[in-house]
Amino acid sequence: MNSQAWIFTMVIITFGLYIGIAIWSRVASTKGFYVAGQGVPPVLNGMATGADWMSAASFISMAGMISVLGYTGSMYLIGWTGGYVLLALLLAPFLRKFGKFTVPDFVGDRYYSNFARLVAIVCAIFVSFTYVGGQMQGVGIVFSRFLGISVELGVIIGMIIVFFYATLGGMKGITYTQVAQYVVLIIAYLVPAIAISIKLTGNPIPQLGFGSQLTEGPSAGVYLLQVLNDLHRELGFPEYTSAFGPGNKGMLDMFCIALALMAGTAGLPHVIIRFFTTRTVAGARWSAFWALLFIAILYLTAPSVAAFARVNLIQTLNQSQYSEVPEWFTKWEETGLIEFKDRDGDGLIDYMKDTEANELTVNRDIMVLANPEIANLPGWIVGFVAAGGLAAALSTAAGLLMVISSAISHDLMKRMLRPEMTEAQELVAARSAAVVAVILAALLGIYPLGFVAQVVAFAFGLAASSFFPVIVLGIFWKRTTKQGAIAGMLTGIGFTGGYIIYFKFLGGLPEHHWFGISPEGIGSLGMLINFAVTTLVSLVTPAPPQEIQDAVEELRYPEDPPSASAAH
Amino acid sequence: MTGSPSPRVRYWRKHGTLIIVLLAIWFLVPNFGGIFYVQELNKIQIGGFPLGFWIAQQGSIIVFLILLLIYALMMGKFDREYHQDRQAAGEEAAP
Repeated sequence: MNSQAWIFTMVIITFGLYIGIAIWSRVASTKGFYVAGQGVPPVLNGMATGADWMSAASFISMAGMISVLGYTGSMYLIGWTGGYVLLALLLAPFLRKFGKFTVPDFVGDRYYSNFARLVAIVCAIFVSFTYVGGQMQGVGIVFSRFLGISVELGVIIGMIIVFFYATLGGMKGITYTQVAQYVVLIIAYLVPAIAISIKLTGNPIPQLGFGSQLTEGPSAGVYLLQVLNDLHRELGFPEYTSAFGPGNKGMLDMFCIALALMAGTAGLPHVIIRFFTTRTVAGARWSAFWALLFIAILYLTAPSVAAFARVNLIQTLNQSQYSEVPEWFTKWEETGLIEFKDRDGDGLIDYMKDTEANELTVNRDIMVLANPEIANLPGWIVGFVAAGGLAAALSTAAGLLMVISSAISHDLMKRMLRPEMTEAQELVAARSAAVVAVILAALLGIYPLGFVAQVVAFAFGLAASSFFPVIVLGIFWKRTTKQGAIAGMLTGIGFTGGYIIYFKFLGGLPEHHWFGISPEGIGSLGMLINFAVTTLVSLVTPAPPQEIQDAVEELRYPEDPPSASAAH
Repeated sequence: MTGSPSPRVRYWRKHGTLIIVLLAIWFLVPNFGGIFYVQELNKIQIGGFPLGFWIAQQGSIIVFLILLLIYALMMGKFDREYHQDRQAAGEEAAP
């Protein structure tokens, strides 16, 4: 079988698996639909959270970004894993104890206000739609590049699959397909990484291979990172492991970006709702540990993949004859993702920092996808990587669609507009909302707003500056009032959204960034503003009703009667 | 409040202290080791890794994972002690 046939086989097998799970896990109650009946065991919930969380950006783009950024790429690694510490310590167990279905549910009930609920609904829908657009583009990228199918058709096929398990099984269907998707995506990520690590350094563990010596080529016997630093210096780039300075982000900017990504992770509704699905509070705590463990398996591998890809790229291509490039080069060149322009007409590929003389442009999204071909791995692995990219994108899209449909059917309709709805009617509403959300998401994939990573950065900034502060204060400070929370969310999201729109979309110049903080990091400042505004406004407005204060106090203590020991 | 604190107060005190200690480590390791002092730490080479770079790309993630393991284990212990406390104080029936 050639690799094209393998790709088709792998994609069809995995899609069949997802549909099978959807049929097996269909539900008939709103509790089943929104929170999987609160019966998901922590280890499986951890896997589902891993797949829910690791998106097209993590799977397809992240290693490529680190590969280009070197040390500076660490902000993504720290930010997207450190958020789980915030989630586990400050949010997940308490929200699980609160015992509601959605994030707007918590905000609306805790802040005894339907207006606060509405602000939360709008934020949740907006954040989830910006994020889902990125996933749909990821689906389109995989389909068009691996299967030669148009982006439009690729997005439609992907959406039909999600539609199937999201409407039939709701959160339960999504949970168990996410478990399967995690397995697919992690194998797809690890196998090529291990193969390349063995090839370059002889070490089968990529995390160690990354700090080992090269085994062949002109730099055999030298540490891989040393080789990269030397190559970078020769070509005029900042050293791979060097921090700050020209060509890198500054210290404050890195700190702010990492913090915004952490708080954003903790504030993303599709991540938070995964912790509502466990049976107990202790289960929510263990879910956070398992989730981070399963995420760390990929996140600890990504920087190794990044460094391997960088060495491979420079050593194979720089100063080589264009007429003798390997087959994968030509294949990706056809898609326009690798470009070679022979400026000096010598037929050699000259790769360097100097944009005037550089002849090679490589799109960072291809690093992971092209890896198996660069390492000459067999066709079935190439097929697995395609299926893994799709699993990463579809699992995240499903979680986001769940947030959107529950925000509409549960928070907006049941809790605000039509409280007299029966459970059966609410379930119909939830399924219809899922259908509409799927169609809108498909449109976003076909008519994209920007490229994958940029759009995702937007979602994080907004989550960090809207939800995170009001949920944390709502849990830990009984005195937080509805006026405080509403004012905090509006100023946080207004400030962050304004800054991002000004610098990303209205042509604001980087020289004018406040304190050198780029739009990706401004969520940190937005979060602090939200904390400050919420606190100040709460202090000058009447204290929340006694029963709310009692309910908040109750979040701190274990459930009665003791049942926590059976959780894991 | 007089005498020994109630089981609830004791529980929340332990729980709160644990959260603060773990959050302090969460903040210090990646920011000081991986960002603020990365250039100084990069002068220390461990195997093929400059130390600061390793903390930023691998070490921090491993530390986060250990923090969550400690949290889940310690909270399980605090929960058990809380229920024992309450049974001793007669606030909760023995299982």
